Amino acid sequence: MHRLYTAVFEPGFFGNGQVHVAVAIGGVVAIVCAIVGVFTVMRGQSFAGHSLGDVAAAGGSGALLIGLNPVAGFVGLGVVGAAVMDMIGVQRLRGRDLATGIVLGAAIGLSALFLYLTATTGATTGATQQVLFGSIFTTSSATIGVVTALGGVALAAVALVHRPLLLSTVSPDVAAARGVPVRLVGVIYMLALAVSVGLSSIAIGAILSTALLIGPAAAALRLTKRVARALGIACVIGVLATWLGVLLAYDSYYWGSAHLSLPVSFFIVVVIFVTYLVADAITARLARTATRRREFVSPARATGTEG
Amino acid sequence: MTQGTVTLNPTVIDQDNAAISPEILRVDDVSVALGGRQILADVSFTIRAGEFTGLIGPNGAGKTTLLRVILGLQRPHAGSVTIGGQPRSPRNQPVGYVPQKVLLDPDMPMRARDLVALGLDGNRFGLRLRSTQRATAVTEMLHAVDAERFADERVGTLSGGEQQRVLIAHALISRPRLLLLDEPLANLDLRSGQEIIRLLARIGREQQIAILLSAHEMNPLLPVMHRVVYVAGGRAASGSADEIVTTEVLSRLYGHRVDVLHVQGRVLVVAGQDGGDDVPAEPAEAG
Repeated sequence: MHRLYTAVFEPGFFGNGQVHVAVAIGGVVAIVCAIVGVFTVMRGQSFAGHSLGDVAAAGGSGALLIGLNPVAGFVGLGVVGAAVMDMIGVQRLRGRDLATGIVLGAAIGLSALFLYLTATTGATTGATQQVLFGSIFTTSSATIGVVTALGGVALAAVALVHRPLLLSTVSPDVAAARGVPVRLVGVIYMLALAVSVGLSSIAIGAILSTALLIGPAAAALRLTKRVARALGIACVIGVLATWLGVLLAYDSYYWGSAHLSLPVSFFIVVVIFVTYLVADAITARLARTATRRREFVSPARATGTEG
Repeated sequence: MTQGTVTLNPTVIDQDNAAISPEILRVDDVSVALGGRQILADVSFTIRAGEFTGLIGPNGAGKTTLLRVILGLQRPHAGSVTIGGQPRSPRNQPVGYVPQKVLLDPDMPMRARDLVALGLDGNRFGLRLRSTQRATAVTEMLHAVDAERFADERVGTLSGGEQQRVLIAHALISRPRLLLLDEPLANLDLRSGQEIIRLLARIGREQQIAILLSAHEMNPLLPVMHRVVYVAGGRAASGSADEIVTTEVLSRLYGHRVDVLHVQGRVLVVAGQDGGDDVPAEPAEAG
């Protein structure tokens, strides 16, 4: 038993200060992303989420260039990006991809410039890796408070608008006819999305930030037909995937003789991906069972045939 | 009783009832122009409680635009809309609305029951507490539209007719006095369409709801419709089907000669013989 334990948790895992920070930040970020992500997937705005990740990359690299905490850049420029996307017309179905694509292109260009300048002026080492692929093991514990506060704001915003948001997701016209300020609700949600993506950028990097946003939510939506449950399941998947990723990244140092610490974002993304595939397989199986139930007259017999 | 140009004289069963029931919707001289093009000109009609009104006209005649004006989603160029005796406002005069196309993703985690519940408080901000009162209202509404069988299925996986029932329940649960439906029969097979019409006629009668339903084909509505608002060529005429669906009135609306033919209890509107060579036949049911 003890051998199994030490095989799973390599020496010093629980006593390591950086692990504590990673577990705290990773947990908070995973919850915020899971909840906002459920709405992102339902609204079909995954592309906007990804694009905001690229905007966050520009912000993070810009912040490093001028010597600020990258959190300020990730979230700050993300919020500006969301506002610009709304102005160009992200809420019109036809303008949506266009607005997103234009902002995405500009953001990647800026990131290229900022990362180049940071590398050449030599202010920070490893800036590219940190911005694009995350820095959860090198983040200071002081960041926990900022991350929690920003995450709290994003969650409060979603809680405030969740019903009008759902209604305008089903039909903007029906929502507007009921007196919902559809555009305002959409903007509030986009700002919450920008904050979540910014926070996700800290954990697993700007490029991968959508994985934490979309993956747990998409898997959860396969597993339940109720929004409230989808939110809960997405949180559980997101948090477990993040913590498992942290553990595997920590353990990876002890795996070979080379003592390589593999990137935590790689492990988180792999766990999320595998979880989605499993959820998809479960859904396919459930769908088959349901079809059989409908085909057979006797429900008892139908359940008996499965398995 | 002289309202507008056409006097109401419903020939259907509820004649006495319609005469005394209160006016729910009043459209006065509404004109709409979109992108410099005149869509509707001086459209006027009224609808009373419990009346089933068909908003009939060819595709592109401006039926959806007119419904959007009534809902307040489109500002008219001129004219006014009065609901329940007051200028319309979504906050104090709930109007039930079933839009033309609702594309519901099959993966959307929303049961039929949840969508109906959103009709109750989907416009409210903040968190919500569970309430048995709310659950009861939803169940009653699902029962009223005969949707209990699939109440716990994902809305996106339901058939067109089933989704219509859920959307109607969603629109009715806030107890509106006016229900607008934009082409609810467009994507339904004949039988589902007739079931929806019967359902609407019953609910309208029982709950004294004024129903305005747009369609490009009027025949399925003839048995239940108290009144027709016919839109063509940017103009509208309203009255009983017998008064409005005539060669004279429709030719005036279309601006060219159309013939109204009665074939085995059904009405066909076809382009007229003289001068109508270049005009295609307007909605005409085969046979």
